[in-house]
Amino acid sequence: MKLVPSLLLLIFLIIALRSLGQYYDDPKNHDCLKCHSQQSYSFHNELMDTEEKRLMNPYFIIDTLQLRQGVHHNFDCTDCHSYDYTTYPHAANLKLEPLMTCLDCHGGDESFAKYEFEKIQEEFDKSVHYQVYGDAFSCAKCHSQHYYSATARTSNSVTEIVEYSNKMCLTCHNDIKKFRLIAGQDIPTVVDIHSWLPNQKLHFEHVRCIECHTAVEDSLMVSHNILSKEDAVRRCAECHSANSLLKASLYKYQNLQERSEDGTVLGALSNENYVIGSHQIPLLKTLSLIIFFACIGGIIIHLTFRIIIKK
Amino acid sequence: MSSEHKIYFYPVWLRIWHGINALGIIILIITGITMNSGMEKSMISFNLNIKLHNYSGAIVSLNYLLFLLGNLITNNSKFYIVKPKNFLKRPMKQAYYYAWGMFHGMKTPYPLSEKRKFNPLQKYFYIIVMYLAVPLVIISGIGLMFPELIFNKIYNISGVLITAVTHSAMGFFISVFLIVHLYVASIGKSPFDNFRSIVNGWHHI
Repeated sequence: MKLVPSLLLLIFLIIALRSLGQYYDDPKNHDCLKCHSQQSYSFHNELMDTEEKRLMNPYFIIDTLQLRQGVHHNFDCTDCHSYDYTTYPHAANLKLEPLMTCLDCHGGDESFAKYEFEKIQEEFDKSVHYQVYGDAFSCAKCHSQHYYSATARTSNSVTEIVEYSNKMCLTCHNDIKKFRLIAGQDIPTVVDIHSWLPNQKLHFEHVRCIECHTAVEDSLMVSHNILSKEDAVRRCAECHSANSLLKASLYKYQNLQERSEDGTVLGALSNENYVIGSHQIPLLKTLSLIIFFACIGGIIIHLTFRIIIKK
Repeated sequence: MSSEHKIYFYPVWLRIWHGINALGIIILIITGITMNSGMEKSMISFNLNIKLHNYSGAIVSLNYLLFLLGNLITNNSKFYIVKPKNFLKRPMKQAYYYAWGMFHGMKTPYPLSEKRKFNPLQKYFYIIVMYLAVPLVIISGIGLMFPELIFNKIYNISGVLITAVTHSAMGFFISVFLIVHLYVASIGKSPFDNFRSIVNGWHHI
């Protein structure tokens, strides 16, 4: 009769495996998402004994598609939020529940060592965000735990990495309501502040805000020390030169590095992310120097003969 | 000197074009090299440098239209016609004259006349510069000035890369041409004779 426990174990394993990443597959039947993935929600008002339909607070609507692609897609809502949320109406004091920060789970964990969460925290503590707003400025202000994906480490498209990263900054810096919530003042528009920058649109699509607005830290993949605006990079040559700053930041990633460091003609040609000034082609440089000096040399020799022969 | 030895080679429109072009190209080369080498602490600010390069580029481009128009409506274009006969032999002969012949009492193989304004070697280089390098530098320059116009990718190659490399390569080629052009111009009746000609229009034979 050893078959029964084995079968039970098998069934248990199948259920356990099936449930991995399955929480959000069917939002309509998910306890939380049946309301929180919709613009409106319906419920039975027991006090009045009526069916009611209400609009969902837009900040509490969850994008289930992004949720399923996020790094935390294996967690169910109540893994992080209080289990008491499973009842409706939600108890008022639930709003005061302390939420976990990144380091609560990832800090001191060997399996996350390569992400260097402690170092990130250390760098973040120096940043203008922490200096001005203190603990109120949590990781989640930029990194949505619901949707976050490590795009910079996984994507091999610079434009994708840039778009993803800049969106984090722009959710506040381009949103009057959110910016006011934290900064308590009106936001100057991003476009106006950067009016000095040539080809602004092109820059915004191809480099991240943090390229100029953070102090680059060699040991970190993404620098988290956001500088105040006075300390931001403004010199064109910081990026547009052979010793480009971008090599220490945007082109630092293994998934992009291979191509950016290939200085041969073919390597440079197959690089879709050409930056004027920083991806110089050594062969062409050498060739142009040879041509230039050959030309000058030829002229000097010719001139010498002309002077000697007085022609 | 009698007028028999002088030919009115350079009409007014051509001299105006040449003057603007010369000045524009010199500014473009200096500002171009400054930008390309990332020299920021030059005599003028980086922004002014870019502005100068852009304005000079626009002026030289418009001026190029004057060159095209002039060659279209006057008969100046006939000096640029290449005959297929002895296609390579003719410029080689001229090159031989410059490298050897002129030091050994040889007469110039292609003396200039009303019918021949340029010697074969000169003609070839002028055609390459004016009908290949300059148009390419103008087109790629427009691309760099309005980067949104550039194709993102041409096959698997970045459009910006092609545009930028074309612009610098052609700019470099034109710079080298300028150096040689100025030097060869000094081979005349006297070292400054040809420079006087392009100002007053009369060329001494």
